[in-house]
Amino acid sequence: METIERSGTTDGQVPGQGGMRRFAELAVRLGTSTKTNDRLLLLERYFLAAADTDKVWVIALFSGRRPKRTVNTNLLWEWCRELTRLPAWLFGECYHTVGDLAETIALLLPDGAASDGRGESLSYYLEALADLAKADETSKKRFIQQCWMEMNNEERFVFNKLITGGFRIGVSQQTVVNALARATGADVAVVAHRISGDWDPGTVSYSDLVSGEGGGAELSRPYPFYLAYALEGDLSELGKPEEWQAEWKWDGIRGELIRRGEALFVWSRGEELMTGKFPEYQELRERLAPGTVLDGEIIGLGRRPAVTAGRTGAEAYGGSAGGDTAQPPFVVLPFAALQTRIGRKNVTKRHLDEVPVGFIAYDLLEYGGEDWRDRPLEERRRQLEAVIRSSEHPLLQLSPVLAFDDWNALAAIRISAREVGSEGLMLKRKSSPYQVGRKRGDWWKWKIDPLVIDAVMVYAQKGHGRRSNLYTDYTFAIRDGDQLLTFTKAYSGLTDKELAEVDAFVRRNSLEKFGPVRTVKPELVFEIAFEGIAASNRHKSGVALRFPRINRWRRDKTSAEIDTIDDLKKMLELYGK
Amino acid sequence: MIEFTDKGLYCPAGDFYIDPWRPVARAVITHAHSDHARAGSVAYLCHRLTVPLLSLRLGPGSYEGVEWNQPVFLNGVRVSLHPAGHIVGSSQVRVEHQGRVWVVSGDYKTEDDGLSGAFDPLRCQVFVTESTFGLPVYHWKSQEAIFSGIRDWVRENRETGETSVLIAYSLGKAQRLLRCLAPLGLKVFVHGAIANIHEVLTGAGVVLPPVIRVTPDMPAKEFRGEVVIAPPGAEGSPWIRRFQPFATGICSGWMQVRGNVRRRNADAGFALSDHADWQGLLQAIRATAAEKVYVTHGFQATLARYLNEQGIAAAEVTTEYGEDEDAGTDKIAEVVLDERDAEKGSANVAAGAADATTGGNAPTGGREDAGDGNN
Repeated sequence: METIERSGTTDGQVPGQGGMRRFAELAVRLGTSTKTNDRLLLLERYFLAAADTDKVWVIALFSGRRPKRTVNTNLLWEWCRELTRLPAWLFGECYHTVGDLAETIALLLPDGAASDGRGESLSYYLEALADLAKADETSKKRFIQQCWMEMNNEERFVFNKLITGGFRIGVSQQTVVNALARATGADVAVVAHRISGDWDPGTVSYSDLVSGEGGGAELSRPYPFYLAYALEGDLSELGKPEEWQAEWKWDGIRGELIRRGEALFVWSRGEELMTGKFPEYQELRERLAPGTVLDGEIIGLGRRPAVTAGRTGAEAYGGSAGGDTAQPPFVVLPFAALQTRIGRKNVTKRHLDEVPVGFIAYDLLEYGGEDWRDRPLEERRRQLEAVIRSSEHPLLQLSPVLAFDDWNALAAIRISAREVGSEGLMLKRKSSPYQVGRKRGDWWKWKIDPLVIDAVMVYAQKGHGRRSNLYTDYTFAIRDGDQLLTFTKAYSGLTDKELAEVDAFVRRNSLEKFGPVRTVKPELVFEIAFEGIAASNRHKSGVALRFPRINRWRRDKTSAEIDTIDDLKKMLELYGK
Repeated sequence: MIEFTDKGLYCPAGDFYIDPWRPVARAVITHAHSDHARAGSVAYLCHRLTVPLLSLRLGPGSYEGVEWNQPVFLNGVRVSLHPAGHIVGSSQVRVEHQGRVWVVSGDYKTEDDGLSGAFDPLRCQVFVTESTFGLPVYHWKSQEAIFSGIRDWVRENRETGETSVLIAYSLGKAQRLLRCLAPLGLKVFVHGAIANIHEVLTGAGVVLPPVIRVTPDMPAKEFRGEVVIAPPGAEGSPWIRRFQPFATGICSGWMQVRGNVRRRNADAGFALSDHADWQGLLQAIRATAAEKVYVTHGFQATLARYLNEQGIAAAEVTTEYGEDEDAGTDKIAEVVLDERDAEKGSANVAAGAADATTGGNAPTGGREDAGDGNN
């Protein structure tokens, strides 16, 4: 607490400490801190010192609960320009250099009042912003401009971030949970459970939140997800194969299906309540007993043709102890199909027919209204199989357990992952409890190697945030006869040193400038890796890639040696379904 | 009167170049940073305090030093140097011939840092200005406000038992930091590259607080809770790891933007610059009352366009100054090192020579000495 107090008072400045200033300082320091432990300490001190109403908002903001946007971004831009009297093009240049609108505005505004402002709290500003929803444009403008002029640079930045949403400052929910647990003396798992779920920072009090007296929200509250680390090192280091359960790793949205009271809820891993997006799940309400919580994958499901015709889903699972377990009794649709469903406000009959969304269950967290997370996976799995079997619904499927005798056999199974539409394997220790957050040791994901293609860079654009002012976002092309055909953007994957080299190349070899985008001499060749490929009529190349990124810089290749549209089409045929 | 050639800014009447980037017969040098003062020319003219710095960095040569405002006639062209406020010895070059006056700014800042001389606004018909921070988002706090922020940060680190490692250019920023840190009364350890410059400057009569050169034999506990100043090239190097546990604070105008602090993975960023900010540039340009402004290295297109819209005739000029900064390598020091490899050999010989004359202990090798940037 002392450190935070003092750091706000540089020599010669007045030590005024409104809630907003305290929060701005927390946010800015979290944003630049490089060590998890520092962030934990900053948050813990904040939770010990700040006002309760502000703390509730901080928990909400840092766990992804954004206030509704009540002021249009273009208006912010206009109002700032009015105060700075800068031409629009210059404002644009600044934005492209800074890479963040909230920060650009904070940096451009003329110096505020010399005083320490009104020292208002964080909750004051958030409530005032929420109230603006009903206000007319003139009052919005008056309020925002007045706030700006009362604030210092850090407060302005944070204030703008609150308006524009997107408060991402590199603090994981786990860190927030740990800090809260330390500040309140409560158990980590208990805190994690309490702050997940559906609650409104405008109405919940801090003590209600951390002591868990939540009212009706209790019914929909999910358990925090247990997340796997990527497998590193050798399989044999895991010990005996028989101690492990292997499953396909599905490429959908991690979700929790909650059946309690009279209702059924669906949560995504982002702690987002998605019940309304998947109306087909309501059919499952009748098939599951109250007090049941399933962990699994929200994913587009097609019917399995021919081979399993005549067998019901239940029969297919019946033989899961032996036989051809590698072939699941259902067909999954590519992630791109699911994406067409997620973004929609209204789901129509056509959407339901084209992309029926199912749930592949792989864990049982609550049964008979009882928390089962501490029981070993083996026991949870047995009960899960019984639950799914008795549900008898084609949209609720069981994630098959893959039979393998030794690690080599498992490695062989993994190679065929793409054929069943999965992105690799999951390995889970049979004796393990269901833990909270990302933990090493009991759960591992072992993804298949990505698809790769060699392409040449043709456009470059400056990055955002950490990479503003450097050309780090690139568009790539492959060969189509004697033409170049752009087919994907890709980010990251280069070291800082390589980024600087590419940046220097872009600056020296720009051909044309379109706003922030430069066309560059097609010379640098990169290997692009991606997880999947699907046909798309929205892309010039006719394909959409899943999670494309730069795998490595092919300094050994010239642009004459890159792959062609035919190579890409072949991949589409093989894996694009 | 001055032409922009592929070797640099050339004055045909006086037959001399200003800050040429290729070897020439006569070079007038604005300041000793490596993108402005390059090796290989036959004769150099610069400010008195720039002479020992050129000797250190470029090796022995023909360096003529002059005082500010002390005219020299080159083939009948009147040349004089005037404070630019950028680093010690940094000068604007005023060129007068047949009633026409050009001023070449070199790098400059308008705030008086108490060390580099106060920027002197000169009237002229043509002004050649830098534009390193030529965007309105670059708006510096006063030196005193930044200094007190740095001191707070050092105190805080000391309380948690951490060493404060400040990253700063070895020529310019490092010397300013010494004055910032003096009131704390802590030991200030410096990298060999900074120690060399410190010796040269104090030898030339510049008054600076004392420093301790980091040597390989120093036990780790010596540094605990104290301050280390290192050039950007030392970031992430084995050299810097010996200061564990430490916090890194980068002192650079680029730190004005949060993204840069995060990209550099620094614990703190201090927007302390040796260049003029946007307002400083505009103020300096207006003070010249020039009829034509040429804008070089930095955001030249942006600043030139803005000036034209404000009714000041301006054009952008491509030079090889500050190329590193513009290319982002200013912020990623390893690349700067790579590009300077060729230069490094001679610089080390020179550094060794300087050490021999002052009796200092030479740094242990090129790797350790490497890496001061050039702004």
